[in-house]
Amino acid sequence: MDPVSSVTGKLGLDPAVVRRARELASRAGRPIVELARTHTTVSVERAVLRLAGLDGADGDGMPWVNRLAEAVRDAVGLQHGVALPAWDALLTGGYPHLAALARDAAAGKVKFRIPDGADALAARAAAAGAVRHGIAIIDARRAERDALISETSDPPRPWIYLIVATGDIFEDIPQAQAAASQGADIIAVIRSTGQSLLDYVPEGATREGYAGTYATRENFRLMRAALDQTSRELGRYVRLTNYASGLCMPEIASLAGLERLDMMLNDCMYGIIFRDINPRRTFIDQRFSRQIHARAGIIINTGEDNYLTTADAVDAAHTVIVSQLLNEYFGREAGLSDGQLGLGHAFEINPEVPDSFLLELAHAQLVRELFPDAPLKYMPPTKHMTGNVFAGYLLDAFFNLCGMMTGQSILLVGMMTEGIHTPFLSDRDLALENVRYVRAAAGRLGDSFWPAPGGFIGRRAREVLGEAVGLLGRIGDEGLLTAIAAGTFGITRRPADGGRGLDGVIRQADGYFNPATEILEGTSQNAAAAADASTAQPTPGEPR
Amino acid sequence: MTGQTIRPYGDTTGDGRVQVSFTLPVPSGTVAERARAEGAALQLAAKMGLEPAMVVHAKGIGPDFTFCIVYGRVSHLVDLSQVTVTEREFPMLPPAEINRRIRAALGRKMVVVGACIGTDAHTVGIDAILNVKGHAGEKGLEYHREMRVVNLGAQVDVAGLVARARAEGADAVLVSQVVTQRDAHLANTREMADAFRAAGPQRPLLVVGGPRFDPAAAAALGVDRIFGKGTGPAEVASYLVHALAPAPPAPALPAR
Repeated sequence: MDPVSSVTGKLGLDPAVVRRARELASRAGRPIVELARTHTTVSVERAVLRLAGLDGADGDGMPWVNRLAEAVRDAVGLQHGVALPAWDALLTGGYPHLAALARDAAAGKVKFRIPDGADALAARAAAAGAVRHGIAIIDARRAERDALISETSDPPRPWIYLIVATGDIFEDIPQAQAAASQGADIIAVIRSTGQSLLDYVPEGATREGYAGTYATRENFRLMRAALDQTSRELGRYVRLTNYASGLCMPEIASLAGLERLDMMLNDCMYGIIFRDINPRRTFIDQRFSRQIHARAGIIINTGEDNYLTTADAVDAAHTVIVSQLLNEYFGREAGLSDGQLGLGHAFEINPEVPDSFLLELAHAQLVRELFPDAPLKYMPPTKHMTGNVFAGYLLDAFFNLCGMMTGQSILLVGMMTEGIHTPFLSDRDLALENVRYVRAAAGRLGDSFWPAPGGFIGRRAREVLGEAVGLLGRIGDEGLLTAIAAGTFGITRRPADGGRGLDGVIRQADGYFNPATEILEGTSQNAAAAADASTAQPTPGEPR
Repeated sequence: MTGQTIRPYGDTTGDGRVQVSFTLPVPSGTVAERARAEGAALQLAAKMGLEPAMVVHAKGIGPDFTFCIVYGRVSHLVDLSQVTVTEREFPMLPPAEINRRIRAALGRKMVVVGACIGTDAHTVGIDAILNVKGHAGEKGLEYHREMRVVNLGAQVDVAGLVARARAEGADAVLVSQVVTQRDAHLANTREMADAFRAAGPQRPLLVVGGPRFDPAAAAALGVDRIFGKGTGPAEVASYLVHALAPAPPAPALPAR
């Protein structure tokens, strides 16, 4: 095959412009990676404790990882990491396990110090051993997923993605199993409103939430076990999705890896823009969480669709591309393969705009061609669903058609009752009927869909890419944090020192020790090198 | 009859024809089960006043449910003279209109300070109103270019709230109260209202919200407005504009 035509695809994109876009994205992202490499957060440190096996909560429901990390922070700070002082206290105090240490630390009975010499070596070795055990569990879960997929089957793409959210995990389970039986390949459990702003992860099985169900380790375990049973019954592996976002992103990522979740919402800027979480906190937490996802074989889902719910979907189309390129840069740097980058976008153009379907095709095909190996996640219309459920059903069919024609990988199923009420059982069934019809009728239409060279669709795609390159250039000049502060994304201004969680950001001291990062970066070096290869920077991975 | 009493219109005046759809928790896997499901649908339709009715579509959803679409004729009459419309005291405005009204009336951004006061740590409500993310498809107040939103978060003490509201030049203060043990929400609200009153005559607009408040109790608690359960950000934003950025009177037509 002619290599030039395979690069330019259906839209006649100039490979030099595509290359330029990636160079500019890495230029904009590199200072952020440097920030993340030289800082830690309270949640990164708590994730280390979770990987080392510390679970459970005190009588008030505050997790022991919070209590222990707080006690260490109060005594000696976290600038050396939690591991050195915690395992030093564990060894010198003769504690049988971290839980016993955490109880005494919470009661103010432990003296922490930063050990040196032989004591430091002993603490490092003990911490590394404990964390290695946790990461070995993540590795085993990943192998378990592979085995279950070969035992059942991997559904063909696009994968059909459905949401459940009752607030009660024991209600969610039968709903999720029914949705899978009706054709869902992926079940997402929406989180309780406001969980992203909690600086701790709730414990145990939960039965009440606001417009969603809390993400807890036990809820993860219960739902995954139920879907394993359903996967075996259906002979098809049903994937489970949750949210690694908000103030506890690194911890939730770790719990997802330990309990074999398959996909996690994990955007580079969503928490900043839509939840007013501090930008530095977000970027530092995000890098660690993505290193975990890389190791666990979890596909991340990014949240670019959200920009189009606040900004106009035509005017802001290029901000989606910019964010996807940044998410790709940050994701690859953290060790994610292209097959784990579930970049997001959406069908949100006002249906009253002339040629709106052509514009949607141009945008969706552009994303497909820019990221040929990424499992793209395509989101249905929400903003222009009016309450006219009949018109909404038609719009959802056009969304499904656009998704099929442009080879999207993950289709979130659009509901005709979007924005009106929680979907009825019948709404979900009708929505799946819509997807099935379009897939059967036009699933192979993409093979025959070649927009006219020089026509409207190709021109529009090249225009959006050009605007994205322009914006990436400006972001690189002024700095990503400045651009976010200026309201570049989702038309919301977020200053670098504003928002929640900045007090949980800590600059690393000389001798900072994080056993999890050392293990994870040991394996992510090659991917990190690849991410930066175009700009010939030294590899960001630590030597093992 | 003319004009005052009506029936739904299918394709002829007064035919009373309507269409409804619903799901019944009965199977329709076999011919017999399906016949029973359709019979159940017709019985429900008759009890809803749909007679005669026709089940035009019945389809099993999973092993335990049947989805039905029914067309029929309703026997009910609608008396238009008995229709009452309850109106809120202000119109709902789209974001662009909210921004325009603030620009026109204030000539600067409207400053909104929000918090959960007392020991209440439930920021779900205030965040749903203030954060861009909003709630149920409605964007929060932050979405409006002409509003400057300062969200102080949880467990803010009243003195701190008064001081911060003054420092920010708040036009409005929004307080959310979820915890209601021993009527803490009422005591906290009165305390806040008193503190703002004591701080001087130029107090900001005071707005309180939470699932257990009675919207009629605003005056008794010393605040300007109370929003109860189910209030979305669009309603709050529209109210703030109504109260703080009134529309200018329509320009008088020049005399000929």
